[in-house]
Order: sequence, then structure tokens, then C-alpha cells
Amino acid sequence: MGAVIIRPRSRGVRSFFTDTLLLTRRNLLLTARTPELVVFAAIMPIMFVLLFRYVFGGSINVPGYSNYVDYLMPGIMVQTALFGGSSSAVGVADDLSKGVTDRFRSLPTNRASILAARTLADLVRLGYTMGLLIAIGLLVGFRFHNALLPVLAGVGIALLFGYACSWLFTLVGLMVRNVESATLAGFLLTFPLVFAASTFTSTKFMPHGLRAFANAQPVTQVANALRDLTHGTGSAGPAALHAIVWSVGILIAAATLATWKFRKI
Amino acid sequence: MIKAEGVEKAFGSTRALAGVDLTVDSGTVLALLGRNGAGKTTFVRILATLLAPDAGRIQVAGVDVVHDAKTVRSLIGLAGQFAAVDETLSGRENLVLVGRLYGLPRREARARASEVLERLGLGDAGDRLVRTYSGGMRRRLDLGASLVGRPLVLIMDEPSTGLDPRSRIELWSLIDDFIKAGTTLLLTTQYLEEADRLADRVAVIERGRLIAAGTPDDLKQRIGGDVLEVRATSASDVERLVNLLTGLGAGLPVADMRAQCVTLPTSERVQTLLAAARRIEESGIPVADLGVRRPSLDDVFLTLTGAGGAATKRPEPRLRPVPGEPSLEPAPNARRVGS
Ligand SMILES: Nc1ncnc2c1ncn2[C@@H]1O[C@H](COP(=O)(O)OP(=O)(O)O)[C@@H](O)[C@H]1O
Ligand SMILES: [Mg+2]
Repeated sequence: MGAVIIRPRSRGVRSFFTDTLLLTRRNLLLTARTPELVVFAAIMPIMFVLLFRYVFGGSINVPGYSNYVDYLMPGIMVQTALFGGSSSAVGVADDLSKGVTDRFRSLPTNRASILAARTLADLVRLGYTMGLLIAIGLLVGFRFHNALLPVLAGVGIALLFGYACSWLFTLVGLMVRNVESATLAGFLLTFPLVFAASTFTSTKFMPHGLRAFANAQPVTQVANALRDLTHGTGSAGPAALHAIVWSVGILIAAATLATWKFRKI
Repeated sequence: MIKAEGVEKAFGSTRALAGVDLTVDSGTVLALLGRNGAGKTTFVRILATLLAPDAGRIQVAGVDVVHDAKTVRSLIGLAGQFAAVDETLSGRENLVLVGRLYGLPRREARARASEVLERLGLGDAGDRLVRTYSGGMRRRLDLGASLVGRPLVLIMDEPSTGLDPRSRIELWSLIDDFIKAGTTLLLTTQYLEEADRLADRVAVIERGRLIAAGTPDDLKQRIGGDVLEVRATSASDVERLVNLLTGLGAGLPVADMRAQCVTLPTSERVQTLLAAARRIEESGIPVADLGVRRPSLDDVFLTLTGAGGAATKRPEPRLRPVPGEPSLEPAPNARRVGS
């Protein structure tokens, strides 16, 4: 073999950031140019707000809340975070099945950037949906009853939980590898978590087994923390801590597993 | 430029690659020829650092694809089996993104994207969303993406599969240009015709093993050049035709009961055709069609793997000519290959 000039490319840590930004931009551009996606991401939570605020809301009474919408909105914020996270599974599976992931992996790209960009883009999308959701909530009578800082902390926790879910569903997407299964897995995993929880009503009146599950699982924990922070009920410290521990735990476990799985894809 | 030694890969109990040795010299084109499921994509994925081999090693320009994958990735350009371009980006945006991921500064990535678009005849369509492209345009854009980084080695997995004949010819002339420019190219294909047209050397892969390698002419020589094909009007005549044709051509006639066809390898197309026509006329067996055609991949496999290899695809029993059957007329160039 004769001498071959190998172009040196010392693209270390810096490449992680530039590549992540490049790919995040690409992911967001794809979303922005698919109007169905943009509309769907907005319509889902809005429908839930209107449905529960006006259709079911009248017959749901939660102790401690004179205005049901104040109870409802934190629940829907957590639901939105979870649904938003579950869209990562579809994105990952789509890129895998179309061979785009192979293309990126065959380039001298920082491979860690590929998943980082997926979750980052989905976080931006979630931010957009969350903003829209809060605006709708305010329109239908929802009010924050706490200082700005705790309220921001609450929204921050919801986004953190959504980001953790993004990694969880990235792992799911890497496992199922096709869009249809990813969509199905998204529904199957999110629905029990959202409905067997304190999302729409207090868990107090649920049957025993269901209540035990609902109280233990992260959606309830995060929703309760959000309520404490936005409603100013009691000291929010312990609930917020629970929610953060859950989110960070899911994030670390899922990101580790997803990265490991991605390396052997 | 590419050197593979004893490459093995299994998926569960499927042995996708069972020890592949292969070299591609700098500036030459190698076609890896094989049917669906032969192991082509698996080999390409290992070469392109997308998959780790179970055993063996591959080097690109002396760089190991496992131990120094990152360097290898800056040396290769890969166009996978399916056009991996983003539908809702324009052609230009797709290429600029790839250039940027190669580590090029924005300005240079843009310049190269324009250059590649021009070269691929996509200059006018460059700013349209890929969603509006035809299949052939997508394929070309996908190829373009593998060129943006100006790779030393180009790898294409079944570049022409799924293209209409016109797009295929356009693609071939494009690949001709790369070849003239001295690019080292490894491409996979299911079509002997394509390998013949583009490659300096052909390696035939079947069930994870290379079963033959050489220049396209070598390979065709091994099946005796062309193929004489006789189609009977009824299945009961097929066996009689096999016996009738035994001794002609460059190998043994093979019957396909389903298609009611008998094929015979030949290196002297005209003489074999005339001799066969004479025999058929004398015997009075009615035939629906008689002609000489270029060998297909199936014919190559038939010769290289024997009937066993082909029987997995066509379950019908293959009639073997009865040895020792008196031949009416020894063909002037009778040359038995195989058996
Ligand atoms: N990821 C995979 N998991 C399991 N089996 C696989 C996988 N990839 C390929 N195979 C199997 O390995 C064999 C070779 O496949 P492949 O390399 O794709 O062949 P080709 O590209 O020549 O059509 C086939 O039997 C295929 O089913
Ligand atoms: Mg293949």
C-alpha cells in the first residue's frame, strides 16, 4: 500500500457540540416543515384541556381545589411532557428505518451527537407545546397561585421529566426500529401512566390496587410536585425532590441504556 | 485500498458472512455480486464501520475499520441500499448538512454542495424539497451525499436496484465519471450485466462465501459465455430436449420444468444455435422459442454452485442429463465444464 494522505480531523469534544447543534437544527427543520406534526403536537393537549375543563370538569371534585382547572392544568402539563417524550421513539425509528442513521454513523460525526440531537430537538418541541398549553390554560381560567420562582421551577421540572422521557422513548425506538411499532409502543406505555395517576383527578377514590400503583409511579409524583409549586399548597420541597429524583433517575438509566444500545445497532 | 481477511458475521443462527477475503486495488472498481440475502449489505456495513465483525478484519488504506473506525469514516463515502436523504429538506440542504458533519466549515460545505449538485445534474432541482424528486433523482442525491467529503473510497450498496431503465443508465454514466476520475469503488449488485458494465473485478458471493472472483470476462468464460435457451411447448418435451442438446455447447443442458425451458451454456453462440436448430428440426420436437442470450446471474450461480444452489430458489426437480447417452453429433467446440 502506497502512502495515503489521511486528512487529519481532530474533532473531539468540540465536534460533539457542533454536530449536536447541526443535527438538532435538522430535526427541528424536519418537524417545522411537516405542518401535520406541528398542529398535532398543539392540538392534543388543547383538546384535553377543553374536554376536561368543560365536559368532565363540572362533575369532578378534588378536595382542596375550589377551581378544578387549577388542579387539571399541572396534570396536563405532565401528560404533555410524557407524550412529547414519546415522540422521540417515532423519530429514532424513522431515521433508523430510512437508513439516515446509517448515513450519519458512516460520517466522521460524533456518534453521541445523534441521540443527543434527537432528544434536544424534542425538548425544544416540548417547550413550544408547553408554552401553547399554558396560554390556553390561562384563557380558560387557570391561574398560578404562587410566586414566579416556584412557578418557573414547576415548569422546569415538567420539562426535565419530558426530557427524561425522551431518552426513555429513544431507547424504545432503538429497540423496535420501525415507525408503526414505535407509535404503538408510545401509546401502550404512556396511556396507563397518564390515566392511572393523579393527572385528572385525585387518586384517593381509586380502588386499592390501582391507587397503590398510581401513587407510586412518576406521573403522579411529578404532577403533585407541579401542583404544589403552581398552587402554593403546603411546602413544595419534598414533592419537588421526589419528582426531580424520578426524572434524573429515568434520564441517567435511559440515556445509558440507549447509548449502549446505539453502539451495537 | 480495501483489504478484507476472513470476515465473519452471524445474526443468531444465520451466518451472514462465513469468511470473506477480498481486496480492491487503488483506483479500481470491484462489484460484489450476489442474490438477495447473500451477505452483500452485511459486508458493506462492516466495511463502513456500521457493524462489528465477529472475526476477521478489514482495512481501508491500511486503517483498520474496527480499531480506527473514526479515521476510516473520513476516508469513505457510503451510499446505502436505500436512498437515505431527508424528504423535507432541499437537495442542497441535505448535502450541506453532510458536508458540515464531515467537519467542513459552512462556506466550504456550501461550495461543495453546489459543485456536487452540478455534477449530478441536479443544479436546477437543488433548492426543491427532496419530496418532489423522482426515484432516480433521489438516488443521485444520495450518491452525491457520499461524494461531498471527497472520499478516497466510495461504497455503494445496490445503487441501481429499484430504478427504471433510464435512471439506471444515467446512474451508470455517472459512475463511469467517478471511475475515470480514479475513485476506488466497491459496489454491490444483483445483476451480472451491471457488474460487467462497471467493474474491473467481480466477486460472487453466495450464502456468506465468495464462490468466485475475477474479471467479468473470466466469470463469463466460466459459464462458457452465452446461454442458449429453448422453450418447449409442453412439459413432456423438456426431457427429450435435454437429451437432444447434450453434447452441444460448453456445458450440460439444464431443464427448468416450471418455465418449460432448457438452457445450455455456450461460448460459440452462432455455431451452437445452428447445431441446436438442426437437431431440433431433425427430431421434430415442437418448440415455442429458441435463441441465444447473455448469461444472467442465475446462470452464473447455476454453473458456480451446481443445481443444489439453485434448487433452493426453484423447488422443482432439475433434470440432469443421463451420462453416456449417445450424442448424435459431436459439437466442434464441445467442452465440458463443471460436473
Ligand atoms: N440485522 C439482522 N438481523 C438478523 N439477520 C440479518 C440481519 N441483517 C442481515 N441478516 C441476514 O443475513 C443474511 C445476509 O443479509 P444481507 O447482508 O442483507 O444480504 P444482501 O444484502 O446480500 O441481500 C440474510 O439471511 C439476512 O436475513
Ligand atoms: Mg442488501
